[in-house]
Amino acid sequence: MIVIKGIAASPGIAIGKAYVMEDEEIVVNRIELPKELLRAEVKRFKAAQKATHRDLDAAEAKVLKVLGRQHAKLIDAHRLILKDSLITQDVPKRILAEGVNAEFALSEALEAVNQQFEKMEDEFFRERRHDLFDVGKRLLSHLLKQTKRNLADIDFDCVLIARNLLPSDTLSLHETKIIGFATDLGGKTSHTAILAQSLEIPAVVGLSDISRRVKTGDHIILDGDQGMVIINPGPETIAKYQRAQQKSLQEERALEPLRGQPATTLDGKSFKLEANLDSPEEIKAIVALQADGIGLFRTEYLFLNRTVPPTEDEQFKAYQAIVKAMEPRSVVIRTADIGGDRLSQLGIEGPKSETNPFMGLRGVRLFLRHTDLFKTQLRAILRAALKGKVKVLIPMVSAIGEIHGVRRLLAQAQAELQAEGVDVEGKIELGIMIEIPSAALMLEHFLPLIDFVSIGTNDLIQYTLAVDRINEHVTHLYDPFHPAVVKLLDHVVKTCHKKDKWVSVCGEMTSDPHAVPLLVGLGVDSMSVSPRMHLRIKQAVRGLRYAAMQKIAQQALTCSDSDQIRRLLADQGL
Amino acid sequence: MIEKEFVVPQKLGMHARPCALLVQEANRFRSQITVNKDGLEINGKSVMGLMLLAAECGARLKIKAEGADEAQAMDAVGKLFARKFDED
Repeated sequence: MIVIKGIAASPGIAIGKAYVMEDEEIVVNRIELPKELLRAEVKRFKAAQKATHRDLDAAEAKVLKVLGRQHAKLIDAHRLILKDSLITQDVPKRILAEGVNAEFALSEALEAVNQQFEKMEDEFFRERRHDLFDVGKRLLSHLLKQTKRNLADIDFDCVLIARNLLPSDTLSLHETKIIGFATDLGGKTSHTAILAQSLEIPAVVGLSDISRRVKTGDHIILDGDQGMVIINPGPETIAKYQRAQQKSLQEERALEPLRGQPATTLDGKSFKLEANLDSPEEIKAIVALQADGIGLFRTEYLFLNRTVPPTEDEQFKAYQAIVKAMEPRSVVIRTADIGGDRLSQLGIEGPKSETNPFMGLRGVRLFLRHTDLFKTQLRAILRAALKGKVKVLIPMVSAIGEIHGVRRLLAQAQAELQAEGVDVEGKIELGIMIEIPSAALMLEHFLPLIDFVSIGTNDLIQYTLAVDRINEHVTHLYDPFHPAVVKLLDHVVKTCHKKDKWVSVCGEMTSDPHAVPLLVGLGVDSMSVSPRMHLRIKQAVRGLRYAAMQKIAQQALTCSDSDQIRRLLADQGL
Repeated sequence: MIEKEFVVPQKLGMHARPCALLVQEANRFRSQITVNKDGLEINGKSVMGLMLLAAECGARLKIKAEGADEAQAMDAVGKLFARKFDED
């Protein structure tokens, strides 16, 4: 029995036989094609390029969500490589001139560039070729459909062991018999790890040499919670893990009947439990969850990976699909929280780079300066509102003037649509995100202008504590239980309830079973949760007593540090 | 045709990100843009070509722009160098 410790990338336990994916170079055969097939071959290559672009889009959306814009620039570089004439022109040229298959033409083109890279003396520059290979491999695997086909061909339930998995490999895992994977390389925030989490496949990464230590057929226990892989475990260890697996399976199953049940505490207080939607493919899962609505529809994805802004019609269609699927439940559409760096990519003059983008031109600030973009989105939302129940949510509000500005533009958009004969509703509910402390503190004055608020905990914590979550030197200071955060939350809830306005919370706090009791005790009206955690949070709410949580929340408001608050909750077994 | 010489200003040289910035900028213009380092000339709209130049900090790059919008293109490229590609 050998135990290897790595990085826990995706939770869960997998017990099974190993399947070791050789990290060999992808074998590409030279196939000579008859002339009449060459055009089709070029077409096939272009389709692979398109598919690879989609891979990169998906990867970028995830990167943006977890790591932020700075990191997403690497994907930009990959996208440029994909658009490079060396790929877009040289490869088709080789196919036509040499009469060969696309895979061969591509690998020849890559090899030619690689040889030049290898000649470089500077190691830093030489290593850049990996960017090229990453893109090249993605393309090749689309052409060969090889990774997909091979992995799907495995005919027994297995734990996949590999040196490295590309995001595109990971995406296809749910179509295979693979029950978990372990890799030599990778980190917790790699695209591969993020994908594994959303596919709910247990994974451990960063195991350095596991792919050389394991043989196909070895017995493996993969512990995605502890970040551990056990090779050829003894019978007792297997029994222990089987019990643990059984238990978590039972817990999962216990959640199933909660679909469609209300999020009501033991003492009868009901909360609205909504779901966050980050990208349109999540709608299926959200409908299946029977969530009470969509509390946060992030629309940023519509603005990514393109050189012109999305048109009104394109946006309308995207919103309409979601709104119709949720009908009669409500959908809160948040206008895009994009930053200044997006503008230039959309072909609009703007700041290319800001020293501090989190405090820069983003959200409502950007839209009030580029009112055409804003109005286009508002018009699309207003039109979608005719198809179901829609509310508008404005991000990054810090001062009352911004709300006046939004109101003005909203009225203009409505008037324009009416003048064009579109029968838009007279009134659409308008809310603001509370994510900047000034908005929380000034809320009393904002409330007459708005219908509801939604607290974005991630940014509110970041701005209140002045902690950049991506900065490893200070991430430990990022603390949802900081008393200052709790006080602001309490202030927002009380201020809203005094004026009978609705308070919702979105952000990661709502997906944390330890933080939810506090939100319940503070008396928020609604929580919008990531789809993956939705039932678990519902279960947590249904196990609480509202009166007791209220008391704890009141006590928390007197605490001087977050440890005290954590202890308060821990003492209640929360 | 305009030609101008630039010195790579940022510490890490022309690695992936600055190359990407330069190519993105170059692609906004219709002019042909070429980059020449020590006699090796590549297409300024090709990110791989640029990376292959392995231009380290202090390297001299001769950039040529040719076409209807060559002046604007050169201007935009010059700004990137002046901004040190937003690095350091």
